[in-house]
This record gives sequence, C-alpha cells and structure tokens, in this order.
Amino acid sequence: MGNFIVRFETFWDILVNKGGYRDVITGLQNTMIIAVLGLVIGIVIGTLIATVRVLPKYKRIVRALDSVCKFYVGLFRGTPMVVQLLVFYYVLLPLFGLRVPSVWVAVIVFGLNSGAYISEIMRAGILSVDPGQLEGARSVGFSFSAAMMKVVIPQAIKNILPTLGNEFIALVKETSVVSFVGAMDLYLAFQRIGAGTYEYMIPYLAMAVVYIVVICLISLGIKIMERSLRKGDRK
Amino acid sequence: MTENNVILEVKGLQKSFGDNHVLKGIDTVITRGEKVVVLGPSGSGKSTFLRCLNCMEDPTGGSVIFNGVDIADPKVDINIHRQKMGMVFQHFNLFANKTVIENIMMAPIYVGKKRLKKERKYNRATKKILKQEVYETALELLRRIGLEDKANAYPSSLSGGQKQRVAIVRALAMNPQVMLFDEPTSALDPEMVGEVLEVMKDLAKQGMTMIVVTHEMGFAKEVADRVIFMDEGVIAEEGTPDAIFNNPQTERLKTFLSKVLM
Ligand SMILES: Nc1ncnc2c1ncn2[C@@H]1O[C@H](COP(=O)(O)OP(=O)(O)OP(=O)(O)O)[C@@H](O)[C@H]1O
Ligand SMILES: [Mg+2]
Repeated sequence: MGNFIVRFETFWDILVNKGGYRDVITGLQNTMIIAVLGLVIGIVIGTLIATVRVLPKYKRIVRALDSVCKFYVGLFRGTPMVVQLLVFYYVLLPLFGLRVPSVWVAVIVFGLNSGAYISEIMRAGILSVDPGQLEGARSVGFSFSAAMMKVVIPQAIKNILPTLGNEFIALVKETSVVSFVGAMDLYLAFQRIGAGTYEYMIPYLAMAVVYIVVICLISLGIKIMERSLRKGDRK
Repeated sequence: MTENNVILEVKGLQKSFGDNHVLKGIDTVITRGEKVVVLGPSGSGKSTFLRCLNCMEDPTGGSVIFNGVDIADPKVDINIHRQKMGMVFQHFNLFANKTVIENIMMAPIYVGKKRLKKERKYNRATKKILKQEVYETALELLRRIGLEDKANAYPSSLSGGQKQRVAIVRALAMNPQVMLFDEPTSALDPEMVGEVLEVMKDLAKQGMTMIVVTHEMGFAKEVADRVIFMDEGVIAEEGTPDAIFNNPQTERLKTFLSKVLM
C-alpha cells in the first residue's frame, strides 16, 4: 500500500507539476472534438443514406444510389475503425499528396464510419414514423426533401434518440485509437505520463477513471434531453 | 359549359401497382364549384382514384388536366399544383411534431418564403410580415371551426373530430381551388361525424369544388351535385344523387346500395 502511495505521488507530480495535465486536457479536447463532429457528420451522412434507402425502388437511379449506399455501409461496418484510420492516413492521403492534421483525419474517418452505423439507426427511425406524416406534408405542397426535413426526420430523430446517444458513447470510447495516426488522445496523454518512469499502473487507472466520468456525464446529459423531449409530447 | 369552367379533366386514367391493375381507364370532367361524391365497394379503387388526382400516386396511364395543365406528366412540378389542391385523409395526418397552429401555418410560410426568395425580397422584415399574415389567417381559420383555444395544443391531445377539422383548415390555409376528401369521417367515433360533416357542408355552401369519397349517404344526398359509383377500377355509373339512389341502372349499383342502405 505504501508502494501505491509512492506511485500515486510520482504520477501526481508529473501530472500537475511537470505539465502532464496539458496533454490530458488536449486529449480530452480532441476526444470531444472528434466524437461530437464525427456524430454531426455521421447524422448528416446517415440521414442522407437512410433517406435513399427508404425511397420506393421504381426508378433505376434510385436503385443505383441504393446499391452505392449499401456498399458504403458494408465497407465501413465491415472493417475496424483503426484500419479505416490507418488506411486513410497512411494510404489515401499520401496517394493524393494531401497533408491533413491528424485530428481532422480522425474527425473525417469517425464521421464516415458513424454515418454508416447511423444510416441503419436512422432508417429504422424513419420507418417508425407513420407514412401518413409524409403524405400529409406532400399533400399541402411540400417537396419530398422539405417534407422529410421538416416533418419526418425530426420525428425519426426523436424516436431514435436513445440509440443515437449510444452511438455517441461508442464514438467517445473509440477515440482511444486516434493516437495510431499521431493525434493526442487520452491514451497517449497518460502513456506519456507513465513513460518517463516506466510506471503505468496509476496513469492507466486514471485514464479509466477519466473515461468513466466522461461517459457518465454524457449518459446523464442524454437522459435529461430525452426527458425534456418527452415533456413536449404531453403538452 | 365553357372551357374555363372546367377545373379538372380526367382522361383514360389508369393505375397499376405491379400486376394489380387498379384503375382501368377513368374519364370524367369536374367543373368549378361542383361537389362530387364517389361511392363504391372496398377495393374498387376510390382512394387510388382520388390520390391520382393530385398525383400522390403517379398514374400509369392517361392524363389528369388541372387548370389546363396535365399534371400526370412527370416533367410538371407537381408541388406547385398540389398547393392548389387540398387533401383530407381518413387518419388526419396532422404533423405530430407541430402544434395545431404550426400545422396550419407551415405550408403557407414555406410557400411564402419561396415566393419572397424568388422575388429577391426575402429579409427579416418581409419574413416577419409574412409570418404575421399567415398567423392571422390561421387564427381566423381556427375561429371558423371553433378551435382557437387549441392553437398551441399538440394534435395528440385533440379528439378525432377536432383533428379532422384542423386537417381541413390546414388544407384551406393554402387557398386550394379544389378539396379532395378520402373517407374523412370513417375513422371517427359516431358522435364526432356530425361536426366534421358540418364543416364540409359549410365549405360546400361557400362554393368550394369538392370531391369526396365517403360512405355517408346522407351527406351525398344533401350536398352532391353528382355521384360517381366506382366498381373494379371503372366508373360503373354516375348521375345526380336522385338518379343514383332512387333509380339505379346497373345491377352492381343496386347490389351495392342494398348493402349500404340496409
Ligand atoms: N400503395 C399501394 N401499393 C399496392 N397496392 C395498392 C396500393 N394502394 C392501393 N392498392 C391496391 O389497390 C386496390 C384498390 O385500393 P383502394 O385503396 O383504391 O380501394 P378503395 O376503393 O379506396 O377501398 P376502401 O373502401 O377499402 O378504402 C386494392 O386492391 C389495394 O390493395
Ligand atoms: Mg380507400
């Protein structure tokens, strides 16, 4: 136990006095940037794909788009996120001669990846909305896209909010791999704290605690959002 | 009957769902202000016919000429024409995520904004004026059906009859030239049928062109200028309510009437 206290003191010293907290804060910031922007991009992509996928399949163009979407979803759900990150960063970018900061690469890959997952969630959400809602909107003269945006999608999002919350939590957790392409994340921050002394017990324990706290806070936020939305129902 | 008096002209209208040939060639002309009631057994294609009139279903053959334009032509911007054709559904289809007044205001604001943008007059001031105008019209419409106190309620808190009355004025807010009703009272509890029919009768008195699919024979007799009897995807018989109800010609209509008038 005395040993534990010594280890903790070493950790605390590096974290607080030797500036280790800076990496932790950057890591936390990156985690939130990547997860939040990834979710936003994912919702946009996912909504577009889901919309294509619920269209009636009479026209050839719709069938072609549907196939493209299916391929996209299969590709991103069929490979691990780390692989997508690595391929994007070390294969695609050099191939096109592009230089993009690794955090932005992570945002893009997380967005593309969650787009694939959210498209399935959103499709279920859209199908859960009474088709009469779309008909009602079309009957007063809204175009298909306006009817979807103003009437169907808001109701679909409300129905899938708990599932979207889970997707967000999954994204937050998955940010622990972005150091593979050199972005500062919580893993790298605590790894560096430990690296000076080859002493990883406390840093990794601390990392786990930070993740748990962050995710508990997010879960709480989602619950509050859901509750306030449900209040709107009863008005 | 001058050309200008015709609001809708249906020529050889056909509709199939895959192999299911639902409408097998329908021809009819509807004049301005006319009230047409459509009757027929379940599955005869009444709803499909009505939904083809504003292209909620795309016809697979023939034409639907609305104010001189064939709206069955896929090249036509259907949304613009649909704004002039109100539709009322059996299950109301009010927007569940909007309040009553928002339900009524949404489409007029959408159209108004589009018009302002097209005329390059869209800005905060014109938007505010537009919203105020639309709001006042919506409130006036709600007053007409005695539901102004429900303006800020959500549809889920209304009774069926109230929902349907709101659905009717939502359609009226676009100033339609014709109103299509698909069994507007079929999903209602019996005690609420009357209040909806009253609103429809009022509308008829004001000269609205109306095409109504209904099983309410009393309404047909009282309001209709013409009754169309559909069977198996064609107009089997049509005429004045008196001719249809008191002097049916075809066996099919006689059988149908004997069933529904029992
Ligand atoms: N969207 C659709 N897809 C496939 N088949 C359809 C569709 N809509 C209608 N049908 C078919 O068309 C036929 C006629 O249906 P329609 O709803 O027009 O009849 P209706 O006269 O309105 O009957 P009801 O009195 O029961 O409302 C039925 O066989 C129905 O199964
Ligand atoms: Mg029907």
